[in-house]
Amino acid sequence: MPSRNWVLFKTAVFSLCLLPLGIQVWRFTQHQLGANPIEVVTRHLGEWALMLLLITLCMSPLKTALQSGWPIRLRRMLGLFGFFYALLHLLAYVWMDQFFDWPEIGHDILKRPFITVGMLAFGLLIPLALTSTQAMQRRLKRNWVRLHRLIYVIVIMALIHFFWLVKADTLRPIELSIGAAALLLFRVVRHYSPLVSRQRQAPIPTKVMP
Amino acid sequence: MSPKRQTSRVLSEVTPEAVYRARRRFMQATAGLALAPLVSRTVAASTLNYSAANKYTLNEAKTSFDDATHYNNFYEFGTDKYSPAERAQALTIAPWSVVIEGEVKNPGRFTLEDILKPHPLEERIYRLRCVEGWSMVIPWIGFPLAALLKRHEPTSRAKYVEFTSLLRPEEMPEQKRAVLEWPYLEGLRMDEAMHPLTLIAVGLYGQTLPKQNGAPLRLVVPWKYGFKSIKSIVKIRLTEQQPVSTWARAIPSEYGFYSNVNPEVDHPRWSQKRERRIGEFGKRDTLMFNGYAEAVAPLYAGMDLRKYF
Repeated sequence: MPSRNWVLFKTAVFSLCLLPLGIQVWRFTQHQLGANPIEVVTRHLGEWALMLLLITLCMSPLKTALQSGWPIRLRRMLGLFGFFYALLHLLAYVWMDQFFDWPEIGHDILKRPFITVGMLAFGLLIPLALTSTQAMQRRLKRNWVRLHRLIYVIVIMALIHFFWLVKADTLRPIELSIGAAALLLFRVVRHYSPLVSRQRQAPIPTKVMP
Repeated sequence: MSPKRQTSRVLSEVTPEAVYRARRRFMQATAGLALAPLVSRTVAASTLNYSAANKYTLNEAKTSFDDATHYNNFYEFGTDKYSPAERAQALTIAPWSVVIEGEVKNPGRFTLEDILKPHPLEERIYRLRCVEGWSMVIPWIGFPLAALLKRHEPTSRAKYVEFTSLLRPEEMPEQKRAVLEWPYLEGLRMDEAMHPLTLIAVGLYGQTLPKQNGAPLRLVVPWKYGFKSIKSIVKIRLTEQQPVSTWARAIPSEYGFYSNVNPEVDHPRWSQKRERRIGEFGKRDTLMFNGYAEAVAPLYAGMDLRKYF
């Protein structure tokens, strides 16, 4: 892809990633979030965090399927957006739901398994976000790849977080779990398949463009 | 003691078929517009005659009519809060009949009119606390369940009352999915059912119950979590054995038979200490028995409320 097209493409994806947030903000200001806007906002932010992490995990299979490097070059931005939405989701809980009631938040983290696992998942995302720069990739070398495999654990924890918070209707977490299972299965198959085992480690992306 | 009667009650006027159909056509015609959610809020119902609230008022702001009728848990029409207001409109509520059976001297199937006719309607402003941690203040219109049960003369073996909601998958789309076991069942102990706070509601905010709120008649038990207040009742059965309610059957470790509002006993997965009053930003403390402790605590004297949650 020529560099100008690439910049345009990346900008488009960037804007697309901001769209869910924009829609929430717009609906919030238009009072279109119903009787319990805090619940709606918190839920949406959490769901988009999880979906963006799953989209991030799509990039490597996409690269294999298309035999093209661009999905991997988008991966960092998508992952950081996942972190961004997870952070907003956490902020919504701390600010709007608990209103900075730290003892109550601490109590929740310790006593409510769904919050414990959600908080752990977020905690594990932090090092991934911090080491997402190309400089860190170069510095950590193979350890960077190992560290970033945490994403699989994080996605599973986020799904558990989702399952444990719903009352009875698990349709949505099941849908997302099927997606996650497919993406994880792809990795397992790739790992054990001699034909593609050379691609096991997604290559560290080269510099964005000359 | 007896509530002030103002005028004769008129309840039979559920929305006439023709009006209803015309309204549906109008809504369908406009559904393509982005305005659809706004239009659906104009759904009106007929007004009711009732005596003003006297004893059962609250010094708390009422939840807006819009919120109370557009933020509903009615799993038969969808598991999110916003679907029932939309999808329940397809429900046929006339004709309607209720079976009263079991340990009563006067069992049978009764038309809605027969059920309601002898009972003067009164307004009661109650708190409603959902097990999910939100609450509302709703002006219900109805009459005490006790008055209805007395008419049918419970026998000495009647220890519990079991309520059944309508089962009609063709109009209640979520009943085609096994989210819960259908039809929805709830139950009360006899003394809870006979308690003067326990209400059969047929309206709210001065008008007949909107379908998403459990038309044409529902239970309201203000000191228990909202899911005990079963909607669209078709059967009332008096029993000797404790009934198994739908949520208690679905997840027995999380939902008990009693389900009294209790800030001291958490839901296994979340705290019940506080609640968000719909329309407010911050949270407020949840009150024991939802603020009705004075009236109902004696019913549970000596009971371990952690065990009988």
